[in-house]
Amino acid sequence: MSATAAADIQLDAAGRLRHFLTIEGLSRELLVRIMDTAESFAGVTAQNVKKVPLLRGKTVVNLFFENSTRTRTTFELAAKRLSADVLNINIATSATSKGESLLDTVRNLEAMHVDMFVVRHAQSGAAHFIARHVAPHISVLNAGDGRHAHPTQAMLDVFTIRRAKGRFAGLKVAIVGDILHSRVARSEILALNTLGVDEVRVVAPKTLLPAHVEALGVVPYHDLNEGLRDVDVVIMLRLQLERMGTAFIPSEHEYFQRFGLTEKRLEKARPDVIVMHPGPINRGIEIDSAIADGPRSVILQQVTHGIAVRMAVMSMAMHSGPDMEVPA
Amino acid sequence: MSQADFDVETLLARLEVSLREELARRRLDDPAMIGVHTGGAWIAEVLHRRLGFSEPLGYLDISFYRDDYPQSGMNPDVRASKLPFRVDGRNIVLIDDVLYTGRTVRAALNEIFDYGRPAEIVLGVLIDRNGRQIPIQADCIGGRLELEPGQRIKLTGPEPLQLTIRTGGR
Repeated sequence: MSATAAADIQLDAAGRLRHFLTIEGLSRELLVRIMDTAESFAGVTAQNVKKVPLLRGKTVVNLFFENSTRTRTTFELAAKRLSADVLNINIATSATSKGESLLDTVRNLEAMHVDMFVVRHAQSGAAHFIARHVAPHISVLNAGDGRHAHPTQAMLDVFTIRRAKGRFAGLKVAIVGDILHSRVARSEILALNTLGVDEVRVVAPKTLLPAHVEALGVVPYHDLNEGLRDVDVVIMLRLQLERMGTAFIPSEHEYFQRFGLTEKRLEKARPDVIVMHPGPINRGIEIDSAIADGPRSVILQQVTHGIAVRMAVMSMAMHSGPDMEVPA
Repeated sequence: MSQADFDVETLLARLEVSLREELARRRLDDPAMIGVHTGGAWIAEVLHRRLGFSEPLGYLDISFYRDDYPQSGMNPDVRASKLPFRVDGRNIVLIDDVLYTGRTVRAALNEIFDYGRPAEIVLGVLIDRNGRQIPIQADCIGGRLELEPGQRIKLTGPEPLQLTIRTGGR
């Protein structure tokens, strides 16, 4: 799908977010607005009552065709902190396993007057497909589709970078690992380039890089020591062993020898480097425990920020009406 | 209210006196002050200094608590609410610039109660104008104003703070 077509579906006539399916085609201004809104939601945790009434009376359906405890939980918590009712559809025991089509499932849920679908699916484009077919009042958020996109993960990552560094200009960011199978990496690259970082590097063995990866606006490296030189941010990716056969890497041990993040390797980066990982971590395969649990790791902050960012995207997508000055 | 009464300094001085009297009358020791973004925060910053409050000033952005949110959508300029003190059992002075429909104050009260249960709340506003839609009234005011339907009063600032009456729009 072209950037324009994707943006056409995601934005309403006034250019406001209606669905959130991909970073592609979204403006820097909109990405900044999502982060600014998330910043306000981060303050909600300071309240005794960690809820705001924005989505009171709305029903959010977590439609997860792929397992993901962390992403589903943070979407659920985000919806609940917005005071929405949340329905988690267990796809393994749902009607789709009895032969009902995806659209039939969606139509049945629509008939129950739900307001938002959070969709995770192994098939690229599944969230777009649903967004094209839902009733006009329903918003669709992509919680990861195939190898295509994981836009809320990308937004929580750039939000974490902005909180740690205070800026994007002048930053060098290295994304390390299984770029080929990673929808997170694709969305992150789009977000980082839109927000104007100096350089996005991808560091991986050739077998784990897509062909013509430079076209995404990145500089490829096959040597981790080189790829980490002077970077401000390192994003380690999970080795998606379930998506690959044996041909991609010789062994987990050898992968760690060449591409695992260790204290010694991290010395090549800038002294104030931050280390990120979308989780779940394969300790000792992608990253040394000393780094994952160390002072430069912001991995758990990413999880916390994920709730605020998802609250921002949900509230922005749910109500994209005209902004009005409010009488006091 | 005459044209001379639109002088913000005069209104602020009246509100300050009114607040001093009300706090003394109700014997509210060591209260904390909260300003409602944006105009209320500007007013609160001045009053907080003049009244010599010991606690830092708190700020509320009531965007997430607006009752017209389903119609109007997300405010593109949301600021984080910040209450740098415990609300539970505290006496609070809540400051806004204009009291009109009462909906902003209702939202602000809802948000304050999500931080804790205050002991007492004193509401001070620079301008109390006609047009109430819900039963909320201020304890302390700088001035009262009757406006025609379609007219509204707007505070701009923070330097300088100025009041202007506009016609049309919401």
